[in-house]
Amino acid sequence: MLSAKDVKHIASLSRIGIEDKEVEDYQKNLSTILDYFKELEEVNTDGIEPIGHITGRDNVSRGDLRVEKSELERNAILDNSPEKKDDYIKVKSVL
Amino acid sequence: MIKELHEKLIKGETTSVKLTEEYFEKIKNRDKEIQAYLTLTKDLAIKQANFIDEKIKKGDEIEILSGIPVAIKDNICIEGIRTTAASKILDNYIAPYDATVIKKLKEKGAVILGKTNMDEFAMGSSTENSAYQITKNPNDIERVPGGSSGGSAAAVAEDEAVWALGSDTGGSIRQPASFCGIVGLKPTYGRVSRHGLLAMASSLDQIGPLTKTVEDAAIVLSEIIGEDKKDATSAPSFDKRYENYLTGDISKIKIGIPKEYLEKGLDEDIKNKFQEAIQQFRKLGAEIKEISLPHSKYSLSTYYLIMPSEVSSNLARFDGIKYGLRVDDKESSGFKENGIPRTLFETYLDSREYGFGSEVKRRIMLGTYALSAGYYDAYYLKAQKVRALIKRDFEEAFREVDFIFSPTTPEVAFKIGEKTSDLLKMYHSDIFTIAANLSGVPGISFPIGKIKKDGKDLPIGGQLMGKWFDEEGILNAAHTFEINYSQPI
Repeated sequence: MLSAKDVKHIASLSRIGIEDKEVEDYQKNLSTILDYFKELEEVNTDGIEPIGHITGRDNVSRGDLRVEKSELERNAILDNSPEKKDDYIKVKSVL
Repeated sequence: MIKELHEKLIKGETTSVKLTEEYFEKIKNRDKEIQAYLTLTKDLAIKQANFIDEKIKKGDEIEILSGIPVAIKDNICIEGIRTTAASKILDNYIAPYDATVIKKLKEKGAVILGKTNMDEFAMGSSTENSAYQITKNPNDIERVPGGSSGGSAAAVAEDEAVWALGSDTGGSIRQPASFCGIVGLKPTYGRVSRHGLLAMASSLDQIGPLTKTVEDAAIVLSEIIGEDKKDATSAPSFDKRYENYLTGDISKIKIGIPKEYLEKGLDEDIKNKFQEAIQQFRKLGAEIKEISLPHSKYSLSTYYLIMPSEVSSNLARFDGIKYGLRVDDKESSGFKENGIPRTLFETYLDSREYGFGSEVKRRIMLGTYALSAGYYDAYYLKAQKVRALIKRDFEEAFREVDFIFSPTTPEVAFKIGEKTSDLLKMYHSDIFTIAANLSGVPGISFPIGKIKKDGKDLPIGGQLMGKWFDEEGILNAAHTFEINYSQPI
């Protein structure tokens, strides 16, 4: 079973705040599901190439082009941000 | 049903505005109880309906979906319309653009009635994980409509929309279609552009229709397919009209029954109806053959590793900075993270703690763990290898048979609250549907009968899976079954 410390570490990596009283629930629930995954150990996967998706397509690329947007379109994006200043989304200081 | 309405519109027996108003009237009368819709888009709908009526009046030709009212799952973006994915973290989010499918529908003149309820970010099998409301199953309002496209399925079953769009990551179109007694199609991965669909698990997600008849599903599919520069995994299409493939003849086809699906955990009533349906396919001239999908028992665990891993990555974008909910509770979490200033880190933690529901948080944490240093090989990499084996099972099966037939779900719609406390039981609901997502093949759920429970008739769905990009095949087989055996809903 995952320890309380494990759960707090995973929460921190996931950028999700959790209350102390929730830790035990997460320990139980996450461990139940992780235990369930153990059945995969019995599958012989020697020499099997893993697949990430099923289309078999390689990377599809496009030009790195600047696209001009109208003021209306810009505002539609900016208006969704919790905090803005002039025509910019305001980000908390990172330095 | 779409064809009949289309005829009525062009013959002038009704108008699109009239039809649209009738549907808003139905929503007004019935949706208080069913709670299928999260947002109604009446202005948009009437505007579009008027536009179509003008076209008809002028004698212009209209497209098959023109003027016909449709409901859209709330994880598909419509420009200028609130799009929440039933999450508090997107409570105030107004989509700044149209999803590719919406762009297509608008061009075809479809009338969008509103956005439907769902499990938060499509994570769930009952629509009980919505942050807003509990949608009821129209067949028995004490039961769930299934999920995650439960709002779309209930809206169609209750005729609060002619048809609806949903999304399917592990069964989220087919399972609610089965629970509500309608038709649900998950196209081949890549058939329909995912651009503008709020991503849950990108290698599994696919948009598809929920409809009242198989023919309707074929008509809708023809209108929404196509390669899209904005979805690098979308496949080229050749403007196929799927409704033209509905011949009603399946006399030369081979249908495989996977023996592993009938082994355990299947409700007796469903088993009996399923056996009946097999007999009916036989009577229609199909050859029935037992097949094996040896790795199918590992589908569920493989899915519950790959999906949360992709979820943890996709949902990292909800950070309380760019859009959506921001919460700063000003209390210290006690966490420390090197390299990130405390205030920014606390904003991430608080916004995501209060913005996400418990199932979403659980899956993000599960995925984060599975992808973290030291566990990647044992979990994620192993699951990707088993996924390759599951896909190989299908390749081998499709050398022997044209389609694979199974029940859609191991049981009928369950009661509200019945499974919320037992995660694995809830997950089990998708046991027959997730292999199609892992392998990418198309699958359709259609009604094969009803059983009585607590004095209510509850629908049972059958699922046909086909070869990659053979939607026309499964549509024709389901259509042939439907015109011969299904009772109208």
